Amino acid sequence: MNRIKELFKSKRKSLLSVYYTAGFPTLTATIPIAQHLEKAGVDIIEIGIPFSDPIADGPTIQESNKIALDNGMNLHLLLEQVRGIRKCVSLPIILMGYLNPVLQFGFEKFVKEAARVGVDGLILPDLPVDEYLLMYKKIVDENELTNTFLISPTTSEKRIRKIDAASNGFIYAVSSSSTTGAQQGFSTEQESYFKRLQDMKLENPFLIGFGVSNHETFAAVSKYSSGGIVGSAFINLLKNSTDLDSDITRFIKGLR
Amino acid sequence: MTYAVDEKGYYGQFGGAYIPEMLYPNIEELRLNYLKIIQEDGFIAEFDQLLKDFVGRPTPLYFAKRMSERYKAKIYLKREDLCHTGAHKINNTIGQILLAQRLGKRKIIAETGAGQHGVATATVCALMGMECIVYMGKHDMERQKPNVERMRILGTKVVPALSGSMTLKDATNQAMRHWINHPTDTHYIIGSVVGPHPYPDMVARFQSVISEEIRNQLNEEIGNPFPDYVIACVGGGSNAAGAFYHFLNDEHVQLIGVEAGGKGVDTGKSAATTVLGKVGILHGSKSLLMQTADGQVVEPYSISAGLDYPGIGPMHAHLFETGRVQFLNVTDDEAMNAGIELSRTEGIIPAIETAHAIAVLSKMDFAPDDVVVINLSGRGDKDLETYIKWGKY
Ligand SMILES: Cc1ncc(COP(=O)(O)O)c(C=O)c1O
Repeated sequence: MNRIKELFKSKRKSLLSVYYTAGFPTLTATIPIAQHLEKAGVDIIEIGIPFSDPIADGPTIQESNKIALDNGMNLHLLLEQVRGIRKCVSLPIILMGYLNPVLQFGFEKFVKEAARVGVDGLILPDLPVDEYLLMYKKIVDENELTNTFLISPTTSEKRIRKIDAASNGFIYAVSSSSTTGAQQGFSTEQESYFKRLQDMKLENPFLIGFGVSNHETFAAVSKYSSGGIVGSAFINLLKNSTDLDSDITRFIKGLR
Repeated sequence: MTYAVDEKGYYGQFGGAYIPEMLYPNIEELRLNYLKIIQEDGFIAEFDQLLKDFVGRPTPLYFAKRMSERYKAKIYLKREDLCHTGAHKINNTIGQILLAQRLGKRKIIAETGAGQHGVATATVCALMGMECIVYMGKHDMERQKPNVERMRILGTKVVPALSGSMTLKDATNQAMRHWINHPTDTHYIIGSVVGPHPYPDMVARFQSVISEEIRNQLNEEIGNPFPDYVIACVGGGSNAAGAFYHFLNDEHVQLIGVEAGGKGVDTGKSAATTVLGKVGILHGSKSLLMQTADGQVVEPYSISAGLDYPGIGPMHAHLFETGRVQFLNVTDDEAMNAGIELSRTEGIIPAIETAHAIAVLSKMDFAPDDVVVINLSGRGDKDLETYIKWGKY
């Protein structure tokens, strides 16, 4: 069974999903980072497929994308590395990336390969829901992957319901109308948006991301949702780390 | 055959709206409202009046006598260079600012390459008293200095884009990110027929005044609205879209788009998308895109900042695929020579983007009574430094 669906069956509180860019800070860091994350006790690993033009990302993730590409990362190599991760890590793995590299690889080929090497889910922020339903859902379902859509504070209730119906794992609730980036705390406005989502009693669980960076913000999102997604703050840690193992352990401990 | 956008926002296989969810409400608001708004009588009246009194339309369709003698055809120049601010770009910014006002937006953002769209946006923002931020690649800020200062004089904040090749693509990324971060009070005035639906259609409609006037003017001049050829340069493709628009269904009118060959299409320093591109997605639409086998966008190159873009609008990708428009490309040197040639033959110093369109004349075989319209998209004032550096005059 799909590891993401399995996870949400057994646990729906304070789940921690951590994003990092494949091939950053070094080309071969992808596998050890996954191992450290599992050891440190995270629940989901989200691996970014680097892209030259990541329009939904702030400066931190933009830079990690660029460095990863300069390091020589590409989708073939990334899938190869996931195969390596699967030999030693049993956490759910999600690949997150922009549509163009996936389309050049071939959508169906990508989904099949991903499933084969042990990927559990996809997040493709610039894939429109309608196009997904029409052209890609069948392929994703056949290969038993989940596909996660984003929603933001400006997403209408009607559209959230539509996205909920199109989802099969969890929903990614973006905390504010913004690109990715670390943030120190949430406004009351943001908290009331989280509350509104909680009260909608969606079919799918949702995790909150963008701006989750420390214990306070992780606790705040966990109050209203199944947990949080940390990205930019973790990339900042990787960028400055001299000892990945102990730095990652300390960082994750600090979040919990 | 139809060349218009379909109700889902596609031109054949190209177009659509591939945007992160954070932008969905903005794009949806535009999609649901743009046609309604721009077809209102009040909108049309204000748009037409500003084009007439502020922009100086209609622009002349000028019979270029000495160029005609040289190339043995009847060559007409559509003088978009005489528009206020010096290029066709202002047709679109007037339309979009009127639309932004009707949508209740208070702030404007834009991207710019050559700076012409940035100046045109800064100008309409000054005119309407709206706050304006323009993103511009750092490299472009250096090669188009006069336009940077023009924007600043007009009260616009120019923000350098520091990623990638620091040109138009990167400025567009930055503008989109700004919009994601300021979704409710801000309208993004895209400067060409690119971006998610409905932008390509909207911008093409605002620019279509060019071909509407060409038809009327030719009819008056030669008693026939149809030229044999319409030639325009293609960066994202807005001046070409405007010049082709009302001829698309008149298949006997040959339409020619001219891309920037850069140092040559085989040199790795080029921006000729129809030669070098494959189907891909950038800036919210599916189109032809210069990219690696791995789907990473390739940094384009052209001496002209306005053509230095790795894609073309989805409408043009469709016109290319269907064969309705023939695409040619010319090198930096050919374009620069053509710029000097037009200056000396007709007394018009063209923008370097525009010079690409002029340069194809020497590659074509015309019959003596062929009527050839070249869209003179802009004037060369902004390019003086590039002309001076090039030096061969
Ligand atoms: C004078 C001029 N012509 C052409 C272009 C290219 O843009 P488009 O292809 O959208 O007309 C530009 C862009 O800056 C320009 O300034």
